[in-house]
Amino acid sequence: MATPAPIARRVRGLSDRAIAWAFIAPAITLLLAINIFPLLWAIYLSFTNYRANRPNAVVEGVGLRNYQRVLTDPDIWQAMQTTAHFVFWTIVLQTVIGFALAYLIDRKFRGHAFWTTIILIPMMLSPAVVGNFWRFLYEPQIGLFAYAASMVTGIPTSEIRMLGDVSLAPWAIIIVDTWMWTPYVMLICLAGLRSIPDYIYEAAEVDRASSWRQFWSITVPMALPFIMLAVLFRGIENFKMFDMVTLLTGGGPGSVTEVASITLKRAAFESWATGRASAFAIILFVAVFGLANIYVKALNKVKQR
Amino acid sequence: MQMKLKALLGLASALALSSALPNAAKAEQLTLCWAAWDPANALVELSKDFTAKTKIDMKFEFVPWTSYADRFLNELNSQGKLCDLIIGDSQWIGGAAENGHYVKLNEFFDKEGIKMDDFVPATVVGYSEWPKNTPNYWALPAMGDVVGWTYRKDWFEKPELQKEFKEKYGWDLGPPKTYDQLKQIAEFFQKREVDGKTVYGASIYTERGSEGITMGVTNVLYDWGFQYENPKKPYEMEGFVNSPDAVKGLEFYKALYDCCTPPGSSNVYMVESADAFKSGQVAMQMNFAFTWPGLYKDEKVGGDRIGFFPNPAEKAHFAQLGGQGISVVSYSEKRDAALQYIKWFAQPDVQAKWWELGGYSCLKAVVNAPGFASSQPYAQAFLDSMAIVKDFWAEPSYASLLQDMQKRVHNYVVAGNGTAKEALDGLVKDWTEVFEEDGKI
Repeated sequence: MATPAPIARRVRGLSDRAIAWAFIAPAITLLLAINIFPLLWAIYLSFTNYRANRPNAVVEGVGLRNYQRVLTDPDIWQAMQTTAHFVFWTIVLQTVIGFALAYLIDRKFRGHAFWTTIILIPMMLSPAVVGNFWRFLYEPQIGLFAYAASMVTGIPTSEIRMLGDVSLAPWAIIIVDTWMWTPYVMLICLAGLRSIPDYIYEAAEVDRASSWRQFWSITVPMALPFIMLAVLFRGIENFKMFDMVTLLTGGGPGSVTEVASITLKRAAFESWATGRASAFAIILFVAVFGLANIYVKALNKVKQR
Repeated sequence: MQMKLKALLGLASALALSSALPNAAKAEQLTLCWAAWDPANALVELSKDFTAKTKIDMKFEFVPWTSYADRFLNELNSQGKLCDLIIGDSQWIGGAAENGHYVKLNEFFDKEGIKMDDFVPATVVGYSEWPKNTPNYWALPAMGDVVGWTYRKDWFEKPELQKEFKEKYGWDLGPPKTYDQLKQIAEFFQKREVDGKTVYGASIYTERGSEGITMGVTNVLYDWGFQYENPKKPYEMEGFVNSPDAVKGLEFYKALYDCCTPPGSSNVYMVESADAFKSGQVAMQMNFAFTWPGLYKDEKVGGDRIGFFPNPAEKAHFAQLGGQGISVVSYSEKRDAALQYIKWFAQPDVQAKWWELGGYSCLKAVVNAPGFASSQPYAQAFLDSMAIVKDFWAEPSYASLLQDMQKRVHNYVVAGNGTAKEALDGLVKDWTEVFEEDGKI
């Protein structure tokens, strides 16, 4: 069917700029509605005494008091330390193991496609499922992890209390996150390794460079932007870690595994200190955003080398 | 053209009719919100009688305990219309009343002749009143619940174990009367071989995420002399929350956790505790009474193998109150129908059937009826426990108060950080800050 003449004329009359706006308007509207507006609203709330469970109460401005309380609260600093410990060790372990796996898979041995698929399975699972079955694996009486650890160390299974022991609980979560997300880091590293042209290695061979030298002078520098990208993604994700910790320990024992996002959730939706929770959320946002920006600049420098 | 016009008119009429129909149907359906647990299934069964009598359909929104408070407090705070009726936790009553989430029921009760004197007094104070101990009612007591204990009667009755126990402790192995006795029994069974299996002393609440460890430790604290505040000066907590007796009580709870619980008991609440008992791991189990009917019916540990007893005593004798009242949500557009449900639910014959189906009625006519105590093997323990109940704060800021206690107590009992005195001193500091922020002190 032909377009009616007046409409066709009107469409023909739109400038390229107007058409471009028409195309991106829905996306911008959504972005404003679900990202920008809540952010601005949270910034506003962070300067008030608003509590979401008291809709009829008078909302008053409190200046910087919420920020001051958050920044001087020892519990929040404790949660930030816990988060930093978790982020640091998960990134170190996932990067080292992920890169090693990618390096092995890149050798293209027989059945490498099959093993790649097997390795990728954990990251395809739902965190809720992973959290629940690791809880059973860690169970001192019936858990396979406790049995395996007992066989290796000789310590009775009943003494291997991964989720109940203050010194082991943080590592229990790090192990699960590493198990689940190392394949993701491996995939990104694999993409980096496969992007290195073969002729560079061939040239190195001609120059009689050893495998060790090739690894440090070609493989690592050329895969580095990809590794850094994986670190960035995992860093941002793990800074927000919530589900796995909730499922495995609920923040305990005591507050040993209470990461920042759990503290934030408790302030916002259990204490209903909405203003203070908003201030904490803004501080976290600025911290992550700032660190990510610095990191991206470093990443760009590496890429330009 | 005429045909087209007729077709258009027909379409418009159909649209108008179809949009009107759901409104007509809406008035005939009520949504009741509660936790997803055994008593909720009993309520579904019970409510069929209401539907048969009134032609009002009942729809149920049941949420697991772990997200029950999050889900429904969000719903109430956002003034949502999902729930017409809600069976809300006892600690919500202050916030729900002060923030206008629940309909005040005094006038309705007066009009319909529903008397609060007809219900067990502790449940009226715990589930219906705000402010406490004033005749301002926001709920009808719906589900009585209290923390108590189950024990492996079959193990306790083994002659060889009875003999050994008597020789060791000098008294007959049986339901304990004091917490010291309870600990002795737990120590006796800890890591003992029974029927070819290693078993443990007791399962107690230690959960960190929601309210678990608080609902457990308070039972012990109350009995040692812990008080929430100075009875003569509200919100004065120094010397009451952290009194020397309260410190001893907290030390006892930690000692019980350290000596006599199964490995991996660092995050145990209702489900985990019941599971430990059902799997034959423990000799005794702390849990809310709502779990008792299910455990009694259990093929492996129920029947003659299970016994029930209320909290033991020390200087005082209390038990942590659980349970809930049923309220009409202020934002419901079906208030009359919702009130009709409450009127129906308050009737003695409905309450009697509620108990039969597995719900714990709070109506005196049911629980004081001759034969009630022997109607179920756990009925006497339930009655004894309900007579000694005490509840956590029901202030509008209860959630902050609860979080503080969860953190302080778990940090000491499970994580083993600091001393009991430091934990309770910290709790006084945290609670004082909450009440200062609320303008109460």
